[in-house]
Amino acid sequence: MQIKVKQVKNNLIIELSGELDHHHAAEFREKFDAEWNSKAVRNLILNFAGITFMDSSGVGVIIGRYKQVDREGGKVAISNPTPGVKKLIEISGLTRIVSVFSTEEEALQSLE
Amino acid sequence: MESGSKDYMRLEIPSLSRNESFARAVIAAFAARLDPTLEEISDIKTAVSEAVTNAVIHAYENEIGPIIFYACIENSDLIVEITDQGQGIPDLEKVKQPFYTSKPEMERSGMGFTIMESFMDELTVITGQEEGTTVRMVKKISAKSSKGDAINGGQNGVSD
Repeated sequence: MQIKVKQVKNNLIIELSGELDHHHAAEFREKFDAEWNSKAVRNLILNFAGITFMDSSGVGVIIGRYKQVDREGGKVAISNPTPGVKKLIEISGLTRIVSVFSTEEEALQSLE
Repeated sequence: MESGSKDYMRLEIPSLSRNESFARAVIAAFAARLDPTLEEISDIKTAVSEAVTNAVIHAYENEIGPIIFYACIENSDLIVEITDQGQGIPDLEKVKQPFYTSKPEMERSGMGFTIMESFMDELTVITGQEEGTTVRMVKKISAKSSKGDAINGGQNGVSD
């Protein structure tokens, strides 16, 4: 799994590539923790353009990050999900707590 | 429980988390002979991943044990059976409820069985305390003529 991180204003943008399953969930969680705690950010955007597979372990790790961001008054958005990932996000009920956008720009605009 | 289909595969692997992606790729490759759509392949991989992850996390907890995969094709149905020899599921009805998890501290979403039920056409779970668990799932692969998308039909999406 590849993880790239950038900051736009007070938004932390994490670009993930590969497969977000149980095996890779911890790697993502550790990277998030390090970045979130070291930057002055409020919101989280997960760019899933490069995610080729995700299962309920991915859903679990997103819910965990949502809880932390929400507790600190921020929002979480997902951008660029592939059709398979989008279906999983919808069926798992994640859309009730996380907004989904087709592009990173739209996600950024929604958080302004 | 295995049926008498002549078109089948059987595989045994240890319950290591890195085998989760291996297992779903193997089942997806086997299913490819039914010429499924990209969405059908994605559904199968997701459901298989849920069953394998349950075996890795819950059946054996901190130990490593065998997971046995059997898959066969009957007409246009893919049948997958994933069996462990772990501790079994004590209260299956509770476990199958959306968002229920016995391991909230591990950030489990509790959606595994809901996803298996949603993404496959049939789900049967046989489990007993200290007897292990078998998850049997059936995916009906749509007939080629009804797919209406020659590009999707031709690329059966086993990308990894």
